[in-house]
Amino acid sequence: MTLTASSIGRKVAMALSGIFLVLFLTQHFSINMLSVFSESMFNQVSHFMGNNPIVQFVLQPILIFGVLFHFIMGIVLELKNSKSRTVKYANYKGNANASWMSRNMIYSGIVILSFLVLHFYDFWVPEMNYKYVEVLPLNPDRYFEELVHKFENPVRVGIYALSFVFLCLHLLHGFASSFQSVGINNKYSKVIKSFTTAFAVVVPLGFVFIALFHHLTAF
Amino acid sequence: MNLTLKVWRQANPQAKGKMETYNIKEVSPDMSFLEMMDVLNEQLMAQEIDPIAFDHDCREGICGMCSMFINGEAHGPDRLVTTCQLHMRKFKDGDTITIEPFRAKAFPVIKDLTVDRSSFDRVQQAGGFVSVNTSGNTQDANAIPIDKHDADKAFDAATCIGCGACVATCKNASAMLFVSAKVSQYALLPQGKVEATDRVLNMVKQMDEEGFGNCTNTGACEVECPKGISLENIARMNREYLSASLKG
Ligand code: HEM
Ligand code: SF4
Ligand code: FES
Repeated sequence: MTLTASSIGRKVAMALSGIFLVLFLTQHFSINMLSVFSESMFNQVSHFMGNNPIVQFVLQPILIFGVLFHFIMGIVLELKNSKSRTVKYANYKGNANASWMSRNMIYSGIVILSFLVLHFYDFWVPEMNYKYVEVLPLNPDRYFEELVHKFENPVRVGIYALSFVFLCLHLLHGFASSFQSVGINNKYSKVIKSFTTAFAVVVPLGFVFIALFHHLTAF
Repeated sequence: MNLTLKVWRQANPQAKGKMETYNIKEVSPDMSFLEMMDVLNEQLMAQEIDPIAFDHDCREGICGMCSMFINGEAHGPDRLVTTCQLHMRKFKDGDTITIEPFRAKAFPVIKDLTVDRSSFDRVQQAGGFVSVNTSGNTQDANAIPIDKHDADKAFDAATCIGCGACVATCKNASAMLFVSAKVSQYALLPQGKVEATDRVLNMVKQMDEEGFGNCTNTGACEVECPKGISLENIARMNREYLSASLKG
């Protein structure tokens, strides 16, 4: 992998893995959104995603690799970058020339990562356990129940909402930045910036809306 | 104006160095920042204190020698100016001003506020040129027609004075703005196309070897660059680099 040995190669790899995660997020968001409109549709799609061999044994491993690659590379780059200035400034006005989001990708990233750990523990581990460890009978109607059950706890909804605020901050810089990284900066960049900004706000807040919706309508 | 200056003092590259505080009185608002430093040095010499070493040459914003990280920003609070063009009227009577050298692993301190920016020279030597045979029948550059849009962009990129403010400003001490300006200046012109593949590969390789950080697109460099070099150049270099690496 000579490409990931160079600074620009790593940057491009970071951008591509980021865009891949954005695509996954869009897909995840669309399915979750179904749960607001129709219990049966949500169950159908979830059942498909949970039992289709291509999704389970091809797409899921790619996704896991993508997530691991993205945050490990993010941490590698952060370490390299902090070593590139051995003596720090006594007075450094970072906010004079760059946004908070762009300067704190590693922190928004670490919050998202902690959330992912919780999320795995909440949904993915029970799911894997159900299907592949205990091998319980298929039940195409269980998904909606499980989802609603998870959002009964207000503390969990709170943590969930907070994490998505950080995802919003991460994407406000990251999504537009990934275009620059792969070399796209031209007269369409203003349109790209508007689109990515809208995405970065609407999708994370949409997830929060779904959580609140189930929390409030569960009773 | 009366000012309090907190200045980085470091006797030599190995010394530890620390911030020292000096008071300076009756600074004219019309002075440039470097003239103010000259007055401070006169004052220090009169007190038999070693004057503060700082870089400068043209004092008209074209050579890129003057550096200094002033109040947390490269070349101080003003935009599109070098330190030699920064005027004391940008500050207020009674202000405390911190003055530090440009800091990056690839820009080691020589003494006080002077840093060694020869890493830039080595990046430039790795590919920032076109090879021209001086056989006596060299073609006149103006004989090749060039699209006006490309010519303008190449010229904009060529206004980079190699000052290093982009590196000093960047939270990652990345040199991408400088290197991309140098790559773009040639990549946009027919004369530069011939050596484009090796140029971008070699210059980026040298940039990495010098220990500059990785770009995270914060855009701070573009804001602090005295010549207004655009981030478009970085995107162009990324494209150039990608297509060059695919060629192998
Ligand atoms: C669903 C989750 C995530 C999505 C959709 C996402 C998306 C993105 C995108 C699009 C970029 C921009 C890449 C570029 O500027 O070229 C990015 C950058 C970054 N991400 Fe993530 N990310 C996610 C999770 C994480 C996690 C868990 C971390 C862990 C620490 C992380 C750390 C970083 C860092 C440090 C950068 C900046 C790297 C750079 O600019 O070079 N991200 N992310
Ligand atoms: S790109 Fe701007 S800040 Fe960087 S070296 Fe060139 S002139 Fe200086
Ligand atoms: S001294 Fe030449 S640019 Fe400032």
